[in-house]
Amino acid sequence: MTVPAEPTAVATLDDARLLQAYEEMRIIRGVEKAAHDLFLRGLVKGTTHLAAGHEAVAVGASLALRDDDYVFATYRGHHHALARGATPTECLAELMSKATGLNRAKGGSMHLTKAEHGMLGSYAIVGAHLPIACGAGWSAKLRGTDQVAVAFFGDGATNIGAFHESLNLAAVWKLPVLFVCENNFYMEYTPIRSVTATDNPAADRAGAHQIPAEIVDGNDVEAVYAAVSTAAERARSGDGPTVIEAHTYRHYGHSRTDPAKYRPEGELERWLERDPLDIARQRIVERGTSEAEVEAADERADRVIEDAIAEAAAAPDADPAHALTDVWADGGAAWRT
Amino acid sequence: MADVTTYREAVAEGIAREMRRDETVVCLGEDIGAAEGVFKTTVGLFKEFGAGRVWDTPISEQAIVGTALGASMTGMRPVAEIMFSDFLACCFDYLANEIPKLRYMTGGQVTTPLVVRTANGGGLGFGAQHSQAVENWVLTIPGLKIAAPSTPADVVGLMASAIRSDDPVVFFEHKGLFASKGESAPPDHVVPLGEAAIVRPGTDVTLVALAYTVPLALSAADRLADEGISAEVVDLRCLVPLDARTVLDSVARTSRVVIVEENPYQGGWGGTVASILADEGFELLDAPVRRVAAECVPLPFADALEDIVMPTVDKVVEAVRQPMAY
Repeated sequence: MTVPAEPTAVATLDDARLLQAYEEMRIIRGVEKAAHDLFLRGLVKGTTHLAAGHEAVAVGASLALRDDDYVFATYRGHHHALARGATPTECLAELMSKATGLNRAKGGSMHLTKAEHGMLGSYAIVGAHLPIACGAGWSAKLRGTDQVAVAFFGDGATNIGAFHESLNLAAVWKLPVLFVCENNFYMEYTPIRSVTATDNPAADRAGAHQIPAEIVDGNDVEAVYAAVSTAAERARSGDGPTVIEAHTYRHYGHSRTDPAKYRPEGELERWLERDPLDIARQRIVERGTSEAEVEAADERADRVIEDAIAEAAAAPDADPAHALTDVWADGGAAWRT
Repeated sequence: MADVTTYREAVAEGIAREMRRDETVVCLGEDIGAAEGVFKTTVGLFKEFGAGRVWDTPISEQAIVGTALGASMTGMRPVAEIMFSDFLACCFDYLANEIPKLRYMTGGQVTTPLVVRTANGGGLGFGAQHSQAVENWVLTIPGLKIAAPSTPADVVGLMASAIRSDDPVVFFEHKGLFASKGESAPPDHVVPLGEAAIVRPGTDVTLVALAYTVPLALSAADRLADEGISAEVVDLRCLVPLDARTVLDSVARTSRVVIVEENPYQGGWGGTVASILADEGFELLDAPVRRVAAECVPLPFADALEDIVMPTVDKVVEAVRQPMAY
C-alpha cells in the first residue's frame, strides 16, 4: 500500500486562484457523485469511470495551461473536460443520453470532448492518445506557435507500446508535450506494482528516453500547478517533453461495476484523509481566507450541480437523426453511390 | 505522344504537387527523407521541401499514424507512410478505433484530414508478411475512405483528392505496379474520390477491378476479344466511397459480371459488390455473379506458389467463360 508523504505546501497560487481551484474541484466532485447517483437511478447507462479523488490533477494542470493548449484525456476524463471549460450540464446531459450532451449523446462518459477549448478528446483505448498528443505538439511546432499538448493517462497505460513509442518520438523530435500520469496505483483491478517492474511506472521510464521526470503529490492542486507550469514553460521554450507522475487515488472502483473490494482494509480511509478538496480547503483557511468565503464557494458549487442535474434531466433525448451523421466532414455517412 | 512516367514516380509527383500548393501538407514515415523511400516513392521530396516538411520516423507505426492524427486535428494535413500494408496491423488501433471514430463520437467536434499511404499487395515474392492485399481490412471500418489507383495519372489525381479531403483516406499504392508506366498526369489533375472509370468499354460481360487487378482484367479482355467476347472493364479506383452506380449501369448493359480482386475471397471487397448486385441488380443479370479473388491462405514465397494463390489473367479468362455460357 502506497500513500505519499505529507503534501508539499508550496504557495504557488494566490488566495483568489486557490479558492477558484477549490470551487472547481468541488464542482467536479459533485458531477462525479451525480453521475454515480444518476446511474443507480437508471438515468445514466453503459458505464462510468469516475475521477473522484483525481480532481487536483485536472484543475492544477488546467490552471497552468492556456486556452489554446491541447489536452487529451482517458475514459476516466470527466474532470479534464470540466477543468477545460465543459459545463456540468452538458457533461451530465451527455451521460444521460440527451441531445444537448457535450458530444450530442454520441460519445458517452468515456469520450467527453470540448474541442473549442482544446480538450481534444477522451480516449478509451488505453494509451492510444499519447501518440495523438505528440501529433498536436508536432503541429504546434510546425506552425511555429508555442502551444503545448498534454496527455493525461493512468498508470496502466505505461505498459503499453504506444507509451514508449510516444516518449521516444517526443524526445527525439523535441516535441512540446507533457505526459502526465495519474498514478492511482491500480491498473483497473490490479495493483500496478504487481505487474510493473518499476516503482514509479511513468517517471522511472522517462530517463530511458532522456526525458526529465517529476513525481508530484497529485492530491495537492498547487503541487500539480507548479509541476505543469514548469514543464509547460520548458516545452514552450523549445526544450521538449516532460513526464509528470502525479500520485493520487480513486475514491470509487475502476468502473461502475467495480466495488473495489480488492483494496487492503484501511487504504481508502487513509487516502480519504488526504482528500484533495480537504487539503486545498484547509490551506485556504490557513492562509487567511474566511470560513464564510469558503462556505460561499461550497454553496455556489453545490448550486451549479443541482441546476446541472435539473437542466440535463429536462433536456430532450438524443435525436435519432444524429445516428447517421458526423461520419464525414460533410456531416453525412454516405459510403457509396 | 503524351509524356510517360512510372507509377512510383507518380506517387512522389502527386505528393509534391500538393506540398507546393498547401504548406500545411507534411510527410512522415520510415526512410522517406534523405533515403527517399524504400520503394523510391518519395524521391525528391526531402530535397525540395526539406527536413521541416519531410520527417523520418523511428520504426513506430503507432507513433507514425497517431502523430499524423493529432496533427490533422490541429491544422495540418499530414501524409503518413506505412511502408508495407501488412504493417497496418501494427497500428490497427488507429485505423479501427481512433481515426474513423473521432469525428463521430465527439458529435462532429473534430476534423481529421490525413492520408495514410501504404504499399499493398503481392506479386514480388516478398513472402507472407510483406505481400498481402489488405484493402479489405480497411473496408470493414466505417469512417475511412479508401483509394487504390491503377495508373500513374490516377495516382496523381487521387493523391490530390486524398490530401485535400477533410476526411481520413487510406491510400493503397500497389507494389506490383510501381514499375509500370502510363501517361503523366496533366497539370492540376484531380480525380474525385468515389468515381469509378470504365477503362475499356464492352458489351458482353463487366469485369470489376481495382489497382493491380485492373491490368489483369485488361489483359483478360484482350484475350477474350480473340474469342469474340466483348468485356467491359470497370476500375473502381476507390472502395469508399464505392461507385456502385457505375457498376450497376455497366451490368445493365452487359448482363454479366466477374469481380476481380486481390484480397482473399473470404471477406474480400468483391463480397460487398456482389451483395449490392444481388440486392439491386438481380433483374439486370443473365448469369450468376462470379468472383476471382486470392485463395484463403497467407501469401507464399515462390513464384509458382504465388501464382496459385493470387488472381491471374488465366483465372479471369476462365471465370468469364462460365457466365458466358448463360
